Amino acid sequence: MRTQAWGVLTALLCLVIASFATTDLQWQGFLSVEAFASMGRFLGEFVPPETSPEFIQKVLLGAWETLAMSVLGTLLAALLGMLLAILGSQNRTEAFAWARTPVQWLLNALRAIPELVWASLLLISAGLGPFAGTLALALHTAGVLGRLYAEALENAPTGPALALKAQGVGSGRIFLYATLPTILPQVMSYTLYRWENNIRAAAVLGVVGAGGLGQLLAFHLSLFQMHKTATVLLGMIGMVACVDALSQQLRKRLT
Amino acid sequence: MRHPEPIRDPATAVRLFFILVSVFLLWPLGVATEFRPWALFESESIQATVRFLGTFWPIADDPAFLRLIARETWRTVAMATVGISLALVLAIPLSLIAARVLSLSGLTGTMDRVPFWIRQSVRWVLIVLRSIPELVWALVFVRVVGLGPTAGVLAIALTYAGMLGKVYAEILESADQHSSRTLLRNGSSRMQAFFHSLLPTCAAELTSYTVYRWECAIRSSVVLGFVGAGGLGQEMDNSMKMFAGAEVATMLLVFIGLVALADRASATIRRVIG
Repeated sequence: MRTQAWGVLTALLCLVIASFATTDLQWQGFLSVEAFASMGRFLGEFVPPETSPEFIQKVLLGAWETLAMSVLGTLLAALLGMLLAILGSQNRTEAFAWARTPVQWLLNALRAIPELVWASLLLISAGLGPFAGTLALALHTAGVLGRLYAEALENAPTGPALALKAQGVGSGRIFLYATLPTILPQVMSYTLYRWENNIRAAAVLGVVGAGGLGQLLAFHLSLFQMHKTATVLLGMIGMVACVDALSQQLRKRLT
Repeated sequence: MRHPEPIRDPATAVRLFFILVSVFLLWPLGVATEFRPWALFESESIQATVRFLGTFWPIADDPAFLRLIARETWRTVAMATVGISLALVLAIPLSLIAARVLSLSGLTGTMDRVPFWIRQSVRWVLIVLRSIPELVWALVFVRVVGLGPTAGVLAIALTYAGMLGKVYAEILESADQHSSRTLLRNGSSRMQAFFHSLLPTCAAELTSYTVYRWECAIRSSVVLGFVGAGGLGQEMDNSMKMFAGAEVATMLLVFIGLVALADRASATIRRVIG
């Protein structure tokens, strides 16, 4: 065990050294006095943030769009994830046994590809705008939630389901009235956790053109309108901070 | 005993009511996100999708392209590793300053005012670092240091310094404080208390979290490529803009493989060390 740990540590050290050796880091680009001066100038351009009422309204609208994307994306993901989890979990009825392995592969693929990559793929069929972003969030999150739901289904107590089965109830109603209620608390907490993650993700999806605050940010930054960029950034930080505080409070209440 | 006739769900009306109410509440969200699923099935967008997906097969496999992909994949991994290493350099001192367990004045009741405010302001710095997404940091740094991995490395270093710093401080504070308090009360320095009491108790948890974050950093370094930080993401972005489906397909497969590999490696490391 001890030698194994040392082996792993040596391998990690080699990885770090090789990484530093092969990455052409421009140290003088960010550690010299000159670099700090230019960074300072750059940050100075952000001040003061744009505060005209019209623009603030635009940022608020962007924040609302981001929030809507995250809520709708998470809901769609929960529905799709549950469907895939039912097909992909180990101890379901034998009717869909053939689907188990392909569904697990599908879940892995959905989860492995980040939201932003999904968004830029989806732009081709869904066009620019928040709809592509919502779908991208839904696909990636469906992969994550599907796996978590499948685990919850596999660990669910089978007593209630067996009792209904003995009475001759169909498998659809067994799921709705026996299995689902037993795993519901877990499903809710996983979904809420992912929703929190998705708000952050939704805020940046717009960088590839998928709507929300990110799109405003990328737009104004590319036009070098630094005052407006600063307002968008502040809006983004404020939104994320609010959501964090809210979820922390919720969690404290719930646990 | 079977029931003579199937009983109906007594809560049907209530359930229907709540479903209708939630659809009504979801309506504005659909409006805000321009939620129009039927737009996906218009002949125009179906044609574009089919044309793009049609180019996915056969996947691109000429040796020159594969060599390029191998190089860019390594770049992605290297960017994540260097980023995490620099993040550690920032996060370790910040978390040591922020950890309330290492407070000398806190041993006897409440902390003094000056150390309290120093700890609180370091906490605020960590929160700010963490609450700006790495993609935004990268967008900003691309403007300052130019296109290339430096911007990506800095973005990962700053965001992950925030995350690691906060969680390190939390891990240190949630550890059993008996031995560290005893050391501090008997006149050992804060660093002595850390190295001889807190670090040995928390080492496994700290490494395990760091390795987990390294795995996350690999995923984000692909994404950072989309804003010009180099690596697999940038190649993917280029190929998508040229509608080169075959190249996109190869890169997606490589990416899925890379994520699976990082997942496996991180699980192994955590099992061996933890």
